[in-house]
Amino acid sequence: MTTRREFLVLACGAASVAAATKVRAQIDPNQQALRKAAMQEALRRVVGDAPVRRGRVKLELPPLIDNGNSVPLSVAVESPMTPSDHVKAIHVFTEKNPLPDVVSAYLGPRAGRARMSIRVRLADTQTVLAIAQLSDGSFWSDSAEVVVTLSACLEEGLI
Amino acid sequence: MARAIVNVPARAKRGEIIEIKTLAAHPVETGFRRTQLGELIPRDIIRRFVCTYNGAEVFRVDLHPAVAANPLIAFTTVATESGTIAFQWAGDNGYAVTETASIRVE
Amino acid sequence: MTTRAARLFLAVSAARLFVEPAAAGEIPLPERRSSYEFMSRETRAMQDDDTGNPGTLWVLDGEALWKRKAGAADRACSDCHGDARESMKAVAARYPAFDPARGRPVNLEQRINACRVGRQKAPALAYESKDLLGLTAYVARQSRGLPIAIAIDGRTRPFLEAGRERFFRRQGQLNLACAQCHDDLWSGKLAGSPITQAHPTGYPLYRLEWQGLGSLERRLRGCLVGIRAEPYAYGAPEFVDLELYLMWRANGMKIETPAVRP
Repeated sequence: MTTRREFLVLACGAASVAAATKVRAQIDPNQQALRKAAMQEALRRVVGDAPVRRGRVKLELPPLIDNGNSVPLSVAVESPMTPSDHVKAIHVFTEKNPLPDVVSAYLGPRAGRARMSIRVRLADTQTVLAIAQLSDGSFWSDSAEVVVTLSACLEEGLI
Repeated sequence: MARAIVNVPARAKRGEIIEIKTLAAHPVETGFRRTQLGELIPRDIIRRFVCTYNGAEVFRVDLHPAVAANPLIAFTTVATESGTIAFQWAGDNGYAVTETASIRVE
Repeated sequence: MTTRAARLFLAVSAARLFVEPAAAGEIPLPERRSSYEFMSRETRAMQDDDTGNPGTLWVLDGEALWKRKAGAADRACSDCHGDARESMKAVAARYPAFDPARGRPVNLEQRINACRVGRQKAPALAYESKDLLGLTAYVARQSRGLPIAIAIDGRTRPFLEAGRERFFRRQGQLNLACAQCHDDLWSGKLAGSPITQAHPTGYPLYRLEWQGLGSLERRLRGCLVGIRAEPYAYGAPEFVDLELYLMWRANGMKIETPAVRP
């Protein structure tokens, strides 16, 4: 990824035309496949063989992101949060970051609501996945697509 | 460095669900960045955040390098009784920060 | 940059970039827009909420430093200046300001260091150091919400003109002048990011790209690297002249320190 960003710095002006038509950054397709597989593996570690159903979870991310370094992310799960029926954990994964895990939050009935917000790093335009683990052992999920644009003139390492 | 900012309501009604917002000062170095000379900058991240309410854990997060620097973590908890809500961050290189806030529950 | 790329770039950028930028007036006050308005809703929310704005961490640092005794004189800022909320009110809004001792304008960082060295008898704080950023952020925070008010007189006019000349001068391998983007092409986009009017209303600010707080000079060094020009050294007179011009060009706009920017 560093190579790609360096290229953008060198071609800052010249690339503005090319980049404007190709705003989505591209990770090498081999890397993409490896990272997607890593996310499936991370998901399996949490969920095992249990089915994951879509629903009850709401993952909120801005659709177009100013800067992938700090993205506000919220997850809310429909749940009465009683001792017999509550959300035990919320896990967030990405498919294109160098590592698939983002956060794992552990709650319980004392949370009142199954909701949390955090700021995360997103390396590229991609799909983010949120999994909720309920007290009855079931898993529910939601996903969100985000577009991450890179800063026009990158200054990695420059102070 | 101011280590953290926590935002907890000073008082609440018993059973009320309160919003808690925390902001920790930490660079969260992912371990994937390089210096201008190409050297890898070592990973240095927050690993765990725990919130306890009069000693009992009410919320916990395991963090990975994908968390932003100086991260905001916001969540809710039920105001059960008056007392102290404590926040602990722990991470690489011996990073350990604790902040507390008092709450009056009537 | 290949000749083919250069031709492509120039062709698309249209005749405007061949013509010398009009040394016309600055953006009229009613049309001045803060870079805040060019950000997403979420980034604005980050700036608006003090407890969620990472810049606040540096402001709190500065508050602690303000009260800490330092140097051979064993003096804290508060010993002379008392409560910063009173004494530093509107100060950042009129910096860079003329320093008779140096015979030229100085920026806020240089003013703070002048006190460090001259009054506290302590070593100067390094540019972009945690402590200098903290103090600058704390002092500038006391001007939040107040309009920028750079007053130009006979002493500062030559430096303002030098700064303006620099703003309009083509620089770097890309041979671009600040004015070409920030006067003529603002509200357009450069590779997906909005081109702003470049008003320094919120410095020092928390930049998401830096994952930290930084000064106006740090940002300007980034611009210079972006147009492939040699960045000036921190505290260089070229920089302070340009800062003077930029702040004067933003006169009337409200200070937002500590701002958040992508």
